[in-house]
Amino acid sequence: MSDPDAEARALVAGHGDFAAGIVSAVGQITGRGDAFVPLSNRDMSAADVERAMREQVDARGLEVIFTDLPAGSCTMAARRLQRERPNIVLVTGTNLATLLDFVFHTDVPAVEAARHAADKGRAALVVTGGSTGGH
Amino acid sequence: MAIELFRIDDRLIHGQVVVGWGQPLDLTFIVLVDDEVASSEWEQELYRMGVPPEMDVHFHSVGEAAEKLTAYQRDERRGALLTGDIETMARLIELTGTIARVNLGGIHHRTGRTQRLRYVFLAPDEEQALRSLAARGIDVSAQDVPAARPLALSEVLSGEGNR
Repeated sequence: MSDPDAEARALVAGHGDFAAGIVSAVGQITGRGDAFVPLSNRDMSAADVERAMREQVDARGLEVIFTDLPAGSCTMAARRLQRERPNIVLVTGTNLATLLDFVFHTDVPAVEAARHAADKGRAALVVTGGSTGGH
Repeated sequence: MAIELFRIDDRLIHGQVVVGWGQPLDLTFIVLVDDEVASSEWEQELYRMGVPPEMDVHFHSVGEAAEKLTAYQRDERRGALLTGDIETMARLIELTGTIARVNLGGIHHRTGRTQRLRYVFLAPDEEQALRSLAARGIDVSAQDVPAARPLALSEVLSGEGNR
């Protein structure tokens, strides 16, 4: 169950339904999907993405932005915001493990939780199998 | 031809370009033509951070790009040239005369523009500029990603591309 009184602590932005999908997954696993505000860049210009991001960050006082792809327009928009507001932390290459770690670290400031979450997300990428030994 | 893609996209370097087109076309360099970006170290650094380390990015004003275009077209590597608007691409074409095909990849909503495709909105003067390019024999088509069907300018302007 989501906590109706919970406040969002970060923006999640990406291509297509990436943000809505990954936030939905966080909700299914932890019940804390409301910790994030999802944003899609679908059919938006770079200026539109930046404007939408700025509105959410300002309205909710967010200091953490998660994006999907380093080359993406959401990441570019977040970096432009960072120029005005150096306090904002941007994590790009976000995966589910990143966001799951973030929601469980409510005892530290969001920017600190974001850095910890990035480490977790990086470590969660694992490849197994695919043996070419042929035996 | 070493420049595989001449693209107009107001997002310039972003996911569709770097990954969507970059991987299937095996692009190893991008020529970003924009007078404002060419004069800003900060903007250049921003865009450079968006591409993988094995991909080179060259930033030029329209005038510089016109001088260097032939060299890029002779480059053994595969590249893409990007402009953020129609006017910049039209100026480059006017100065060089060596661009045969233009891809409309993303011209988004702005006051005064009318929607032609999900990702193409045009003001009357922009529409006229594209018609002028087509009239001089340049193949102008809209295609946001390689897997999509390219839409000829006539389809874009007639609204057929939305059906």
